[in-house]
Amino acid sequence: MPKVSFEHITKTYGNVPVLKDLNLAIDDGDFLVLLGPSGCGKTTLLNLLAGLIDVTDGRIMIGDRDVTDVDPKDRGLAMVFQSYALYPTKTVYGNLKFGLSASKLPKDEVERRIAWAAKLLQIEPLLNRKPAHLSGGQRQRVAIGRALVKNVGVFLFDEPLSNLDAKLRTETRLEIKKLHDTLKTTIVYVTHDQIEAMTMATKIAVMNGGVIQQFGTPDEIYERPANLFVAGFIGSPAMNLRKVKLSIANGKTEAVFGSGVRFDLSDYRFATAPQDGAEVILGLRPEHFLVGAGTAADSAATFEVPVQYAERTGPDASAYFVLENDLLALRVEPAVAAGLKPGQVVPVRYLKGKAHLFDAQTGQRM
Amino acid sequence: MSDLTIAQKMLGGEVAVRSAPYFPRKKKRITGRSIAIIIFLSICAIFFCVPLYVVIITSFKTMEQIREGAMFSLPNVWTLEAWDHAWNSACSGINCNGLKVGFWNSVQILFPSLILSIGISMITGYALALWNVRWAGGFLFLLFICAFVPFQIIMFPLISMTAAIKVYGNVWGVAIVHAVLAMPVLTLIFRNYYKDIPQEIMSAAVMDSGSFWKIFVEIILPMSGNILIVVLILQITSIWNDYLIGVTFGGMGSQPMTVNLANLITISTGTTRYNDNMAAALQTAIPPLVIYFFVGKLFVQGITAGAIKG
Ligand SMILES: Nc1ncnc2c1ncn2[C@@H]1O[C@H](COP(=O)(O)OP(=O)(O)OP(=O)(O)O)[C@@H](O)[C@H]1O
Ligand SMILES: [Mg+2]
Repeated sequence: MPKVSFEHITKTYGNVPVLKDLNLAIDDGDFLVLLGPSGCGKTTLLNLLAGLIDVTDGRIMIGDRDVTDVDPKDRGLAMVFQSYALYPTKTVYGNLKFGLSASKLPKDEVERRIAWAAKLLQIEPLLNRKPAHLSGGQRQRVAIGRALVKNVGVFLFDEPLSNLDAKLRTETRLEIKKLHDTLKTTIVYVTHDQIEAMTMATKIAVMNGGVIQQFGTPDEIYERPANLFVAGFIGSPAMNLRKVKLSIANGKTEAVFGSGVRFDLSDYRFATAPQDGAEVILGLRPEHFLVGAGTAADSAATFEVPVQYAERTGPDASAYFVLENDLLALRVEPAVAAGLKPGQVVPVRYLKGKAHLFDAQTGQRM
Repeated sequence: MSDLTIAQKMLGGEVAVRSAPYFPRKKKRITGRSIAIIIFLSICAIFFCVPLYVVIITSFKTMEQIREGAMFSLPNVWTLEAWDHAWNSACSGINCNGLKVGFWNSVQILFPSLILSIGISMITGYALALWNVRWAGGFLFLLFICAFVPFQIIMFPLISMTAAIKVYGNVWGVAIVHAVLAMPVLTLIFRNYYKDIPQEIMSAAVMDSGSFWKIFVEIILPMSGNILIVVLILQITSIWNDYLIGVTFGGMGSQPMTVNLANLITISTGTTRYNDNMAAALQTAIPPLVIYFFVGKLFVQGITAGAIKG
């Protein structure tokens, strides 16, 4: 039932606009990740939903209830904060219990919920400790527990994993995902980590400068980025973006590089009709390149480029080539990367049907 | 914890001695400068110690010995007569019931004044620091200005106001005036302390409970230990040592010990009974000292530990 929607939300601090006419709606059970660079307004949006700050203009709905002017405690939400925000003078048990202080529950129900959350999060042995005597991961669990006991329909997370080390982050990520699968609640989760977003979300809203750039499933966001910002923001190494000219001749659509290389676009599904000679931005994902020459049947184009350097990043490797005075990033097999000598000129080809095109003026996907 | 650090230091020291080249330290010579400093400090100490010494020994002397002169000599016979007299039967005006009357008045003034002044400024500081109070900035500025208004200027209005609410001349009048006068500074102190509480803790509390008082009592008050001790000591000292508010607002029945003491020393006929006066002065000064002894250590911790551990 709790469908969360933001309608024409505007938020300004003094004269500085942070969110501009923002619209967003998510369904019950969705795991929404708000993803964007630092300062783009993710926390602001979350705090607006939580009621910790007031909207300048617009309406927030939870279910069919207008909560724009409702007190935070009455909105039916629970939040996990970046710094955990545990009450330092209370024990873990006291922290969980205070989480229920607004909901006038009978005593045994309070006990039952605390026991349930403690069991679920495996913090039973810690119930009598103060937060200062817990590790970062344990504090994180307690913070989640304090939200869980409320048994609400919508959970909010503000970068809950950013204070954890890499290993713990992966573990906790999985646990939160499992929690979402078991409880089937709606979650709004803020992060600037795209791996977190891609792995946990059922829906991602990519934000920049207070505007939602794209809203969709992780696959949609990755495979059909709506504009240049999303294309450049999602993916590591980032998508290679190059300015090219369109050429439409004899029913064949091609992108022409400055150096004369022709890139076959015949299988590209244009959303807007292409114009011959138009300047466009071609986006090439690093993982859709292959090192070595190919045939016209399986590759859109082949480039002869000198190696700049190759680096290994764990299970796979990245190689960088120079194409028209700019670095071209490729994901390659580590064995291949080991064979690449700086300065060596090698043919690399791009797979068919994997290109992205953006309007050079508007930055929108074509 | 401290054992560990000492052990670590020793370990570190040993390593350093073994690995570092040996530099002989210069022996410190007594220079002209250090002599000057020592003399200066000694004079300072004497300024404090000599009067204290005289006060203490005089309070244990008999009047006969005092009449002989010899101010610095130790008592021939150590006697508590003067202490007893000052406490039980010294005269203040026409009443000869000793300082104990003033002492109990002071105690009766102290507790309501403490509770009222600290309570009010604590809650005001909490509201100003952690809740969205309209015009909070202006209000703070006003408080800041108020901290500089001399008491004498608002004395007469305060008299009529306390008279209007019928507390003039009793313990409550004194307590209210203490609370009013302490409020600007104490509120600023509490407000600045609470400003350091992480915003997210407050946000969490607002989402969990949302109740102004519940958050104050359950979350904020337990985090205020350090600053409470500092403020408590400041307030106990200033309320106990106060004279002007007590003499002005206390009326005849509830004048604090300081007023008692002043009467006892200034209004005496015949020969001045120095031993009684000294004993009375000491009796008035001792209560805050006792408090320093008990909470002095906590006081230092409170001043230095500003951070709130999470
Ligand atoms: N109280 C405030 N007063 C003025 N400006 C603010 C205030 N809070 C936030 N801002 C501004 O609003 C913008 C968005 O802030 P917000 O905290 O929502 O960013 P964020 O996306 O959460 O970033 P991060 O990933 O760094 O947490 C920032 O440019 C910030 O400077
Ligand atoms: Mg943020």
